[in-house]
Amino acid sequence: MMKGLGGYLLKRVFYMLATLWLIITITFFLMKLLPASPFTNLDKLSKTQVEILYSQYGLDKPVAVQYLIYMRGFAKGDFGVSFQFKNQPVADLLSERVGPSLQLGLQAILFGTLVGIVLGALAAMWQNTWVDALATIVAILGRSIPNFIFAVILQYVFGLRLGILPIAMWKDFSYTILPTLALSMSPMADAARFIRTEMVEVNNSDYIELARAKGMNRFEIALRHGLRNSLIPLITLLGPMAVGLMTGSLVIENIFAVPGIGEQFVKSITTSDYPTIMAVTVLYSAMLVVVILVVDLLYGIVDPRIRVAGEGDK
Amino acid sequence: MNERFAPLELADAAYEREKNEAPSLGFLQDSWRRLRKNRSAVVSLSVLVFIVCVAVASIWLTPHNPNRQQLEHGNLPPRIAGLSIPGFDGKMTTRGRVIDKYAQEGIPDDVSYFLGTDDLGRDLFSRLLAGVRVSLLIAFIAAFLDLTIGVAFGLISGLGGERVDSVMQRFLEILAGIPNLVVMILMLTIFKPGILTIILAMIVTGWISMARIVRAQTMKLKNQEYVLAATVLGQPRWKIALMHILPNISGVVIVQMMFSIPQAIFFEAFLSFVGLGLRPPNASLGTLLNEGYKAFRVLPYQMWAPTAALSVIMLAFNLLADGLRDAFDPKMSDG
Amino acid sequence: MGNILEVRDLQISFDTYAGRVRAIRGVGFDLRQGETLAIVGESGSGKSVTSRAIMRLLANNANIDGGHIYFKGDDLLAKSERQMQGVRGKEISMIFQDPMTSLDPTMNIGNQVEESYRKHFRSGKGEASARALELLELVGIPDAKRRMKQYPHQFSGGQRQRIVIANALICDPDILIADEPTTALDVTIQAQILDLMKDIQKKVSTSIIFITHDLGVVANVADRVAVMYAGKIVEIGLTDEIFYDPRHPYTWGLLCSMPTLAASGDRLYSIPGSPPNMLTPPTGDAFHPRNPYALAIDAQEEPPVFRISDTHQVSSWLLDPRAGKVEPPGEIRRRQEWFAAHRAAG
Repeated sequence: MMKGLGGYLLKRVFYMLATLWLIITITFFLMKLLPASPFTNLDKLSKTQVEILYSQYGLDKPVAVQYLIYMRGFAKGDFGVSFQFKNQPVADLLSERVGPSLQLGLQAILFGTLVGIVLGALAAMWQNTWVDALATIVAILGRSIPNFIFAVILQYVFGLRLGILPIAMWKDFSYTILPTLALSMSPMADAARFIRTEMVEVNNSDYIELARAKGMNRFEIALRHGLRNSLIPLITLLGPMAVGLMTGSLVIENIFAVPGIGEQFVKSITTSDYPTIMAVTVLYSAMLVVVILVVDLLYGIVDPRIRVAGEGDK
Repeated sequence: MNERFAPLELADAAYEREKNEAPSLGFLQDSWRRLRKNRSAVVSLSVLVFIVCVAVASIWLTPHNPNRQQLEHGNLPPRIAGLSIPGFDGKMTTRGRVIDKYAQEGIPDDVSYFLGTDDLGRDLFSRLLAGVRVSLLIAFIAAFLDLTIGVAFGLISGLGGERVDSVMQRFLEILAGIPNLVVMILMLTIFKPGILTIILAMIVTGWISMARIVRAQTMKLKNQEYVLAATVLGQPRWKIALMHILPNISGVVIVQMMFSIPQAIFFEAFLSFVGLGLRPPNASLGTLLNEGYKAFRVLPYQMWAPTAALSVIMLAFNLLADGLRDAFDPKMSDG
Repeated sequence: MGNILEVRDLQISFDTYAGRVRAIRGVGFDLRQGETLAIVGESGSGKSVTSRAIMRLLANNANIDGGHIYFKGDDLLAKSERQMQGVRGKEISMIFQDPMTSLDPTMNIGNQVEESYRKHFRSGKGEASARALELLELVGIPDAKRRMKQYPHQFSGGQRQRIVIANALICDPDILIADEPTTALDVTIQAQILDLMKDIQKKVSTSIIFITHDLGVVANVADRVAVMYAGKIVEIGLTDEIFYDPRHPYTWGLLCSMPTLAASGDRLYSIPGSPPNMLTPPTGDAFHPRNPYALAIDAQEEPPVFRISDTHQVSSWLLDPRAGKVEPPGEIRRRQEWFAAHRAAG
């Protein structure tokens, strides 16, 4: 089995690296193609000053050499120097900002999926009742309405009207509540819908019928058989959820002035800070590729059918 | 012997009666019948038809010119002449005092702005109509291009033979590995922001799911008897694709397209809201939200109208898409 | 031997989009201590609905319109859902048709077998495990101790059905309802499972209700057979009576269409037509449109029950003294002659 899994893992990691390399390369050359110069006020500088500036950023060398330097830097975790904040390495700029983004993302995905699972499970247990209707409404709203709309409404209600929660900045936990809520709506909707569908299907299966025939009650069946069988496939939703969170974080961090990667990304784009844009692009892609790989492996670990099917090979 | 106990002349008629009596319906007819039963889908469809009509009509017919600035009419709250509903009576609360902004600014009584004006004195209702039109246009064009590219790619990949298919699939896999957000942002960094750029940015990766679905369906249909029969009869492949495969996957294609429209509306709104998409004075749902949000803490009414419009459109498209999916394939329904 | 279960005039209908379907129209029978009763019929005859009614596991759109199901004297239909949960699995348990889908794929089989024991006897893990091991050995799972840790997909279909049987028997129930327990299995495995059930019944003296559409299976396992058609029992009797002295034309049809016995003839007989649409059941005797022996009255009135012997009852107008003598098919005549000769001999 180890050989099978090891080979599989190796292949996946290879594909993962190939995708990443492709993204880095494409990003790099696209940025080089840009007609605009990274520096805004070149006209005011003398020719020598411009040359110094260019050599400082390594822009005087041929593109191919720049590419090699860039790739070598990447391997060492050096993403170059920011154009926007002179003299600040991109790596430092971003590493300060990973924390808030990660915290926000994790809180949102945890809260969202937990509430979604409970909602979906209750809806499946009491099909066609008000619980079910509520879950359906949450699912359709969360899926249809963009999270920045939720963010604005939350800001208005809890920040401006009720004045009970801070509407911007990132200091203590209370500052994280509104952005987390806004960001968690979509995972909540996805999880609720998924778990409900899955559990309704599981509830019609023969093994649930058998559990009923054993005299188990609704709750025992839902907990021991229904949820267990519905949660495993939920793992496949983690990939799309991570994509959604990344997209969402751009706008949510902006609205709530969270000092995270997404907020920086938007700033870098508007100021044409190419090294930072490239770094974030690659960071996002890398995170995604890793999440998808982890989800795949996790599925294999959690599902006994896949897990033991492998063991049978030895 | 009692005649009631005489052998029954066996009713061949009885066998006849057992024949299946349900009339058979065509695929589209049947789907339409199922869709009509779905109340939320029918309501959504009506709402969308109405919105599209209004958006089209607004090309020629708006209460005010959506782009005319009139600084002396700046930041007026909503007023509908003859109505005195709070929120639409031209009054607003400033520092705890309710004032009639129209009277204060000396606006004539016959001038009203249904949804108020922005800081430059542009009529928000007219801008909203124009914005909805632009957003829908972007979404429809993007969805149509996704459809065209995706269906063509999927059909060619599905019918083109093993080698063509494997090349096309590798290409798809690599493209699909790149997060669409990243692609969009890169496109927007490289090209000048505008309607075309946004559409382009969305379709670079947008067609992938359509291509995958079409290919999978084509692979499935390829081995059906009637397709094989057409092949044996020497029909060219493009003809088989258009005459036999395409009509049979139209349901799946329509559903997928219906899901990609709200997706496109979302991305336009999202990008413009963050300031990466369309820029004012262009009106779109995204730019209206972006501008409304700037004044949001003081003048929330400037935000609510585009918020409501976006939410209603997104909801309606999603509900309609759900309804269509259930109507085309009852088995796919989530019950 | 007393009756452990008495079903009286059971009436069940289903609400469907097209209207109300009367699936069970006055079914009554007894189940005796330690016997195996087979209920035979085509799909849609109501045999599975009857068994689920005993478990009170009917679908949500089912209505019990009348009747009683007395289990040890108590009417199961009068029990609350909570009380029924105490009966299910403990006193009456059930096994289903498809062993491939009857087990939870994500739970190891040890836990699944123990589940009902721990629930009903509130026992600890150790005791339940020991009991589960005992049962798995009883049903013939080799190396049971190790295999308890394994998951359903690691077992073959036949083994899974053994596990399902262990599941059902762990609380030592009074009644085991087996709903087509061998239908989804290969023929060779079928025989093994049938042998196992007979064997187990000897050891644990459970009463068994064996539901099947396959008369061939019945001959080997059942003490008595009830034949159902269109929501009614049309003939019930000892296995010998049903196989060798059948009186209902539907039973004749079933017996004539059994492949093993038709081997002598050139062509396999089949009952003409298809089971009736229960939304609009035929008037009179529901079988009459398919019955080559139908009488005029069959189309008008439902037949009463005629007693052939203490154990053998038939519901058909053919047995009315006013009806003329009817020659059963040749195959049935041979059976009756053979049976008469045998009985005379001893």
